[in-house]
Amino acid sequence: MEAQALYNEKNYLNAGYGIRSWLLTTDHKRIAILYILSITFFFFIGGFFALMMRLELMTPDADIVSAQMYNKLFSMHGIVMVWFFLIPSIPAVLGNFLVPMMIGARDLAFPKLNLLSWYLYIFGGMFTLVAMVTGGVDTGWTFYTPYSSTYAHSNVIPVVIGIFILGFSSILTAVNFVVTIHKMRAPGLTWFRLPLFIWAQYATSVILILATPVLAITLALLGFERIFGVGIFDPALGGDPLLFQHLFWFYSHPAVYIMIVPSMGVVSELVTAFSRKRIFGYNFMAFAIMSIAAIGFLVWGHHMFVSGQSVYAGMVFSALSFVVAVPSAVKVFNWTATLYKGQISFHTPLLYAFGFVGLFTIGGLTGIILASLPVDVHLHDTYFVIAHFHYIMVGGAVMGYLGGLHFWWPKMTGRLYPEGWAKFSALVLFTGFNLTFFPQFILGYLGMPRRYHVYPPEFQVLNVLSTAGATILGIGYLIPFVYLFWSLKNGKPAGPNPWGAKGLEWQTPSPPPTDNFEATPVVNEEAYAYPVEASHG
Amino acid sequence: MWSFPLSPVEASAQAANVDALFYVLVGITVLFTGLIFFGVIFFAIRYRAGSRASRANSRSDNLPLELTWTIIPLLITAGIYVWASKLYVDMHVAPANAEEVYVVGKQWMWKIQHPRGNREINELHIPVGRPVKLIMTSQDVIHSFFIPAFRVKQDVLPGRYTTEWFTPTKIGEYHLFCAQYCGTSHASMIGKVVVMDPKDYEQWLSGALSTSSMATTGDQLFNQFGCQTCHLANNTGRGPSLVGLFGSTVHLSTGKTVLADQDYIQESILEPTAKVVAGYKPVMPNFRNQMTPDQVAQLVEYVKSLGGNAQAAQGKK
Repeated sequence: MEAQALYNEKNYLNAGYGIRSWLLTTDHKRIAILYILSITFFFFIGGFFALMMRLELMTPDADIVSAQMYNKLFSMHGIVMVWFFLIPSIPAVLGNFLVPMMIGARDLAFPKLNLLSWYLYIFGGMFTLVAMVTGGVDTGWTFYTPYSSTYAHSNVIPVVIGIFILGFSSILTAVNFVVTIHKMRAPGLTWFRLPLFIWAQYATSVILILATPVLAITLALLGFERIFGVGIFDPALGGDPLLFQHLFWFYSHPAVYIMIVPSMGVVSELVTAFSRKRIFGYNFMAFAIMSIAAIGFLVWGHHMFVSGQSVYAGMVFSALSFVVAVPSAVKVFNWTATLYKGQISFHTPLLYAFGFVGLFTIGGLTGIILASLPVDVHLHDTYFVIAHFHYIMVGGAVMGYLGGLHFWWPKMTGRLYPEGWAKFSALVLFTGFNLTFFPQFILGYLGMPRRYHVYPPEFQVLNVLSTAGATILGIGYLIPFVYLFWSLKNGKPAGPNPWGAKGLEWQTPSPPPTDNFEATPVVNEEAYAYPVEASHG
Repeated sequence: MWSFPLSPVEASAQAANVDALFYVLVGITVLFTGLIFFGVIFFAIRYRAGSRASRANSRSDNLPLELTWTIIPLLITAGIYVWASKLYVDMHVAPANAEEVYVVGKQWMWKIQHPRGNREINELHIPVGRPVKLIMTSQDVIHSFFIPAFRVKQDVLPGRYTTEWFTPTKIGEYHLFCAQYCGTSHASMIGKVVVMDPKDYEQWLSGALSTSSMATTGDQLFNQFGCQTCHLANNTGRGPSLVGLFGSTVHLSTGKTVLADQDYIQESILEPTAKVVAGYKPVMPNFRNQMTPDQVAQLVEYVKSLGGNAQAAQGKK
């Protein structure tokens, strides 16, 4: 009966029925749902590639797939996970849903452009998918020249075109967010009253707008060289292969921050909501996010310490890489300090936030190890690097995404997820993740190079551990997939604010009406203004 | 299978220095990770909802504290930076007396040539205790010369030379890996570094000279694979003569010309129809799956030994 009542009210989900009402919608909340479905699809495709790789690496010899197929697996795993899952994950799903709601707006500034972004994403995604099915690509997600431009015999061009198209989707979403955050904040919602999630989305959008065009240019040049033989990167044609690496990492290092910064925003929301306490050091948190975004543009050369760039360039990039670690450390300290004297309740989203803080700390500190020049010489292109960036991107970004998804799931669907299953799966994920990737740190230090289809037998034990972990991790991802679907019909009705959290998005019904708010809200307090216990002197 | 090391062998003078820095960094990582884990878990339990711990004087900002935990990491990283950079610069300045060895990477093998003429493939023999400097280039894509036991790695690029140096300190055999993804058989572009007693090394140097050269082996392969039935020396066969080919300019059936360099000869064995010589039919079978890379290299060396202009062939690089 209660469930019946839930959907009697007009909301964005029952505002229209049928496939047209979804495919032609300009409602930011519905577009967020379109994105959830599409990135989940790509996540499982990318995950399948990863699982195949891990199975192959169970034994030192080649047994399941050929060398060529293995190379395609890791290339497509990277391409799908980076461009079609991680980069759009939090911005396109949670950002789309929450940016207007958190700032008290009815929609994004350009709703039609928002829908176009989704179509561009799908078009680019399908292009890439067809290219993968009809032969795949074996260049690695990094497309290093001259291998990709001259030597590779796979579908480089179609995949590059797919990513090129996707880039426009990123740019349009980012422009939409920047304009919305600048122009559509509710009365009284000044910049320093914004939730940190919004600061994170803003920083991410700025990076997307500045960096993505460089990727587009780089991929276009790669295409010109491959199709027309114009000498840009291949020395045989008079080009310079390091130029490609500089251009590629000028985009792709900031892209790492595109993946992790939104998660930092999510974690800030989760920690403060479940501690019932204002985030510690709000201003430092906002400045830290913006400085990570800014300095993140100046560290690309740390991917090239053994590439043949000059010793002095290496030293400059190393110094800047140490500097960018500082604001990240500040964020971790502030999250921890937020817990101090809070009223902490252990719901699933907070467990994910704890997972994020722990794994991001390990990922970040191993980043410091890699920024140290002579150590990087040894560890570069080994499994140590693989472990490091998976701690950031899976341990960090994906944990943040899942935490956020659980936190705002009641808002999006009007239903609660099953808490017991959710806690269990968070635990399974944390265990599976560490078992998968921790052994890879040791493998890397021992010298096992990445992108190896076969390997010396002394590396087997650690590889078996890693594969075992990947199996657990895979199961950990399937459990939420099942119970979240289940909860759509069977979850308990959530009510407007199941967590008792602060923030404008919790002041409207769940699921929200199409226009988000019945009347434009007016803000007259700081973000996270949880009651403070009276001082006793 | 059920025993494995947790740290790689230290077999060069640099290895111990790199490891010292690495272990300090691991120590810092463990310390801060422990601090954060402890903080999160301790606060989470102590300040769980409804617990009786005092929440008095709770605050959500503290400027001195923020500055402290901004400045301390900055100082720590600055210290590491100075230490690390010093080591990195040292790693790039080879001593003048270093023994030079030439390395060519190509899909998918390492070709190594010692100054005294000894050539080897996927193996590097060096004496213990003497600095060795590798002068490296690639024939095709980017590779990377990685010896984990020495803690050295350097990308090997087409069209330019890069170097790496080390002083081996332990006699033994060590892994040599290609660390930069270079195509299908990247994982097979591996080999071993053999560090020898200087006396044994001298013996190896002179011993290797007396064994047949790559070109001689290539000559045998030339007959074994039946190449000689078409590539007659007097240009009357179904394929062009190879005498004097290396470094010459070849006219192709497409009307273009191509320099007969290392890449061209190699390609003509692996993909004979890619560039067909003017006046000949594309009848040569594909040897890509017939020959090991070693054999191809030996055949290329044999073709080179048939005379030609080696200097012109290098002109492109």
